[in-house]
Amino acid sequence: MTTTTESPQVTDRIEKRFEVRAPQARVWRALADATEFGAWFGMTVEGTFAVGVTVRGQITHPGYCHMTMDLQVVALDAPRYFAYRWHPYPIDPKVDYSTEPTTLVEFHLAPVAGGTAITIVESGFDQIPLARRAEAFRMDDQGWTGQVKSITRYVEQS
Amino acid sequence: MSSSRSAAARLEPSAAPVFAALGDPTRLGLLRRLSAEGPLSITRLSEGTGVTRQAITRHLDALEGVGLVSDARQGRERVFSLERKRLEIAQQYLAHVGAQWDAAAARLKAFVEREA
Repeated sequence: MTTTTESPQVTDRIEKRFEVRAPQARVWRALADATEFGAWFGMTVEGTFAVGVTVRGQITHPGYCHMTMDLQVVALDAPRYFAYRWHPYPIDPKVDYSTEPTTLVEFHLAPVAGGTAITIVESGFDQIPLARRAEAFRMDDQGWTGQVKSITRYVEQS
Repeated sequence: MSSSRSAAARLEPSAAPVFAALGDPTRLGLLRRLSAEGPLSITRLSEGTGVTRQAITRHLDALEGVGLVSDARQGRERVFSLERKRLEIAQQYLAHVGAQWDAAAARLKAFVEREA
């Protein structure tokens, strides 16, 4: 079980911070090497990550194998910052998502005692059409799980 | 396919830019007050905000346009209330994406610690 901490409030972004017992150089390789990235993320990646390059990945999770993700690499700043843009949940192969807004996914690495702190931020959700989000909900086999801090609770804190 | 089409039809009324309407600190503040204090008039909602009544009215209209609040007349005042169902849609999406990242984070951790 990985313990991640939530950043409160804001509707536009998701932030996950957690620590791993592995050197920063090792974590960096798991992010910057497209094959390694695909291995833990769960997709087959064609090509090499480089700034300005778009790399296509084919999801390998059962039930999602029809999904391809195009990762537009924005930053590759070894060994501490990796960022790319993508279309969150391009789940319907018949829909052309290329003209829709993207979200920005960022990985921040920092050394800590005994390992590395990783912060993952995905932002830009305010630009994603709600219809698309409703679709992601509908297509998801697991249902909407996950006990994450809610906007409802945010507005209810007085 | 027909089942997903009917599901889409069910979700159709929700297909409005709730998130975009939420992307503003003044509007979030208004929602918070409506949540904490219940239905409030524009006059009450303008108090202490440092924002003009006209600007508050525009923000409330924007929130009403996506169904996050509703209003009713009370005498000469418009009184606004929070519509919780709409907020839940936005919340559920982020919860869903957040859960996906929790799972990805766990896989990344297992991957890099395997050879550590």
